[in-house]
Amino acid sequence: MSDSKLQLIGVKKAFGSKKVLEGVDLEVPTGKSLVVIGGSGTGKSVMLKCVLGLLHPDDGTIKVDNQDISRLDAKARERMMQKFGMLFQGAALFDSMKVWENVAFGLVQGRGMDRKKARNIAIEKITAVGLKAETGDLYPAELSGGMQKRVGLARAVAASPEIIFFDEPTTGLDPIMADVINKLIVEQVKGLGATALSITHDMASVRTIADYVAMIHEGTIIWTGPVEDLDDSGNPYVEQFIHGRADGPITRRVA
Amino acid sequence: MSAQSEDAVVEELAESISVRRKLPFDYILDIFEAVGATVLGFFGAVGRLSSFIGKSVAHCFLPPFFPAQLGRQIIDIGYYSLPVVGMTALFTGMVLALQSYTGFSRFNAEGAVAGVVVLSVTRELAPVLAGLMVAGRVGASIAAEIGTMRVTEQIDALATLSVNPFKYLIAPRVIAGTIMLPLLVFVGDIIGVFGGYIVGIYNLGFSPGSYLSQTWDTLEAMDVISGLVKAGVFGFIVATMGCYHGFNSQRGAQGVGAATTNAVVSASILILIFNYILTQVFFS
Ligand SMILES: Nc1ncnc2c1ncn2[C@@H]1O[C@H](COP(=O)(O)OP(=O)(O)O)[C@@H](O)[C@H]1O
Ligand SMILES: [Mg+2]
Repeated sequence: MSDSKLQLIGVKKAFGSKKVLEGVDLEVPTGKSLVVIGGSGTGKSVMLKCVLGLLHPDDGTIKVDNQDISRLDAKARERMMQKFGMLFQGAALFDSMKVWENVAFGLVQGRGMDRKKARNIAIEKITAVGLKAETGDLYPAELSGGMQKRVGLARAVAASPEIIFFDEPTTGLDPIMADVINKLIVEQVKGLGATALSITHDMASVRTIADYVAMIHEGTIIWTGPVEDLDDSGNPYVEQFIHGRADGPITRRVA
Repeated sequence: MSAQSEDAVVEELAESISVRRKLPFDYILDIFEAVGATVLGFFGAVGRLSSFIGKSVAHCFLPPFFPAQLGRQIIDIGYYSLPVVGMTALFTGMVLALQSYTGFSRFNAEGAVAGVVVLSVTRELAPVLAGLMVAGRVGASIAAEIGTMRVTEQIDALATLSVNPFKYLIAPRVIAGTIMLPLLVFVGDIIGVFGGYIVGIYNLGFSPGSYLSQTWDTLEAMDVISGLVKAGVFGFIVATMGCYHGFNSQRGAQGVGAATTNAVVSASILILIFNYILTQVFFS
């Protein structure tokens, strides 16, 4: 497919003798939202970190706009990062900075934007994710988990990235707050016309934000398809996962 | 074949394969293996540390720079360490005067007290004690802060916002440590000598004029300079050890705790080792 924004081909990653990714193939079409589902500890976060260049894959190719990004030098990597936005699992806000400084960080420190101008954009993004403008002057530690997630989302989209990554955006939130975050994600991603790659094990999240779904199991993608096909995938692993059954082909290896 | 005898055969086979009795030769191999693993582990750690230090230093000189971060670290590492270093220097100077007086008075050599105080303080005690105190105060807080940032993915977040963590987090701390510790030690030198002077005048009955002239007569520029060079090296050690252990912190609060302890212990030991090496270089 030539219109794919992001492509992973045979990506492998091991930590010592522990193989986490054993050849992941994945493709995200431009302007679409792909959600990867899979159990805890199956390497979903590791996969995202390989794409972001935070971890180096042992093998395989990762392409953005059909350009191989797995062997970029530091300069080119930093430029590539400007296309990316990321919402981390725990929000990963800088706790030494005020909320608005967190949101404006990529603009000010990463792109050298004037602080006044960046502050205006930050406040605009803060209100866009449903927080009061005054929240900008608080510190992250003064916010609830749901508010921190919102700020993390505002920070991820502040620099209008082309591809946005979401690592378990609803984990640790109550179902109502989770739904709010899911809707905000859809709103922001569609608003920017961005491509999105998310990982989650929350099925409500999948149904709200996904155009396409892929399932990762034991280091490879075992099923992928449009979200409409999820309920009749005919794949026993997918069926077990989406219905959350304890017995089925997926067995918990107690490691 | 009955099930039972089958089992017995399997068992016998398994035994003959896996539970071969260890020969003395095997024990020797075990020792080699253990030694080899330790040696490889050691060189692996040295290699990782060297490449970390190389990267840290390179990023101190490569733009973009973050002057606001550097300013914050200069205040944190330099200014806020002043009370600790000042108190350490003051009481060290005072006790030196007392102790050397009781020693030298046995040989009627009380006149040497001022000289002993100023040489000990500038050459050894101010840089080493300041280095150790700062290792405890600053090395620990650097490791805890960077370790927490690692564990909560804030360091990954920096990179995704197009900011190099080496430039933003590490370079400012390394630069601040390397330039602020000499300044702290210079202040410590003055306070230490002043401590000796106070005890000399009010406890031991020296006249202010003669105490000061003895101090000046003994002191050479090299005494102070060598102490300040040592301080620069110690500041670099404290900052890089704090950053290295924090940056490589394992997950969880326990990981950050271990990083903090390791930062302080390794910095303290390296300070004592480099103090010996530098003394050898300067004065032999
Ligand atoms: N930096 C690392 N070093 C060693 N092992 C790691 C590291 N990061 C992740 N792992 C291991 O890789 C596996 C997958 O982790 P992760 O991708 O975080 O799972 P999840 O699918 O829940 O996001 C886990 O078993 C984890 O322990
Ligand atoms: Mg994860």
